[in-house]
Amino acid sequence: MEITATIDQIIGEFENFDDWMDKYNYLIEMGKSLPLIEDKHKTESNLIVGCQSRVWLHSSYAGGKISFTADSDAVITKGIVFLLIRVFSGHTPSEIIDAQTEFIDRIGLREHLSPTRSNGLVSMIKQIKLYALAYKTQESLD
Amino acid sequence: MYDKLTSGAIRKDFPILGRQVYGKPLIYFDNAATTQKPHQVIDAISKYYYGDNANVHRGVHYLSQQATNDFESVRKQIAGFINARYDREIIFTKGTTDSINLVAATFGKIIVNEGDEIVISAMEHHANIVPWQILCEEKKAHLRVIPISDTGDLDLEAYVGFINNKKTRLVAITHVSNTLGTINPVKEIVAMAHSKGIPVLLDGAQSVSHMPVDVQDIDCDFYCFSGHKLFGPMGIGVLYGKEELLNRMPPYQFGGEMIDQVTFEKTTFNEIPYKFEAGTPNVADVIGLGAAITYINEIGLENIRKWEDELLNYATSELKKAGGLTFFGEAKHKASVISFLIDGIHPYDAGTILDHMGIAVRTGTHCTQPLMDHFGISGTIRASLAFYNTKDEIDGLINGVEQVKKMFR
Repeated sequence: MEITATIDQIIGEFENFDDWMDKYNYLIEMGKSLPLIEDKHKTESNLIVGCQSRVWLHSSYAGGKISFTADSDAVITKGIVFLLIRVFSGHTPSEIIDAQTEFIDRIGLREHLSPTRSNGLVSMIKQIKLYALAYKTQESLD
Repeated sequence: MYDKLTSGAIRKDFPILGRQVYGKPLIYFDNAATTQKPHQVIDAISKYYYGDNANVHRGVHYLSQQATNDFESVRKQIAGFINARYDREIIFTKGTTDSINLVAATFGKIIVNEGDEIVISAMEHHANIVPWQILCEEKKAHLRVIPISDTGDLDLEAYVGFINNKKTRLVAITHVSNTLGTINPVKEIVAMAHSKGIPVLLDGAQSVSHMPVDVQDIDCDFYCFSGHKLFGPMGIGVLYGKEELLNRMPPYQFGGEMIDQVTFEKTTFNEIPYKFEAGTPNVADVIGLGAAITYINEIGLENIRKWEDELLNYATSELKKAGGLTFFGEAKHKASVISFLIDGIHPYDAGTILDHMGIAVRTGTHCTQPLMDHFGISGTIRASLAFYNTKDEIDGLINGVEQVKKMFR
């Protein structure tokens, strides 16, 4: 599915909820489906900086597409990471680099966007895009 | 007056306490991060800009004379508030962090040399760690860290061991821990250091709003605190220093106000306190700080301490009754700060849910990462109470904690 289509689907899912508690419960549920990072990849270098919770992100590249696995010690963060992985995993570096991410705001999770030290959402998106840039550069050098 | 605290009537003075967040009444339990301001403080700052604003110490015109008088009377008021000997021992800074940096950069510069030691503790805020750490790196000196017990008390035996080795040049300790609430026995700590000829700096950021502080009685050499943790504005703080030490210290920043004579060949410096107050001061916020202290004195710090103790005891016992919580910092003498974790639940998850219920607590390391490492945790949930909080609000927190447990278990 195209990135924009996935984003629209996610926005649609969240629009079902009026109550913030239901929204968070859904996010918590989603976190359970997170494609988990292998223990051997839970290293310092895979830790996202700028998170009050610990978030590990690992990427692999095959057939021109990037896939991500992750984990976090905070449940809400797991849900948010899963959202990002749903959107970005299985796409080409260019698609990821060009993708817009204000959908997080549109599903009403704006507080997770604020650039405070506590939330690594901004850092996670940055890291995902950095991976994409790195693979794209590698591609053009090969 | 005490009734005004127990009944919550005092809250009427604080405009922000009447507001809602996410459509729910605000329960503000983040006072250790910053306190809310009574309208008397807000009005004083506005009044200054509406009708009294002028630069100080420089003019002969009416407004500047008045602004200077008002500014200097707050200095005098603060000297009285902490019982300093002289007004000139009160230096206005940007806050506690600025005050500590000032001492590290000036006093630290002249007294610390290669091989010397500076003693701090494991419960310090980064503001009372990093300046000393950097000073030690620059001077090839060593930082000694007093360990703490599981209850969050300082290991005084270890402290005595450190200061007995003849290498300690300074002790820098917090009066009250922002994370654990521990009230340290500062008078004894100072006396022990002085018996070895070692000066002591105390970080008073978390103490001045909870209890009377008498710097002569404590006999500390430096005492630092921030206006914004004392129901005053941000951007203003105080460094108290004993006159003899302040006179020995070189200036921190240079420019106008802190000079005596300036020529291109040579410049001489002003006397204290002005030697350490370069540039136009933050006059409006000094006025605001004065208004905050006047307000606090009208309530009475003894009343504040009594009510906060009651709130602390209520909150602690109710939280313990709720069950499934681990507490950090259970010293015998505590200020109204409670750090805890809900077992099996990450503080970030808990804090996010509590936030949506209108409850403002702080989660994370509270600028005390070494302390978190000591307990082997990534962070805590911290509820820090002030005299305008109520038992109903504490009930709200308990309800929030139960909600969090439901959502994540």
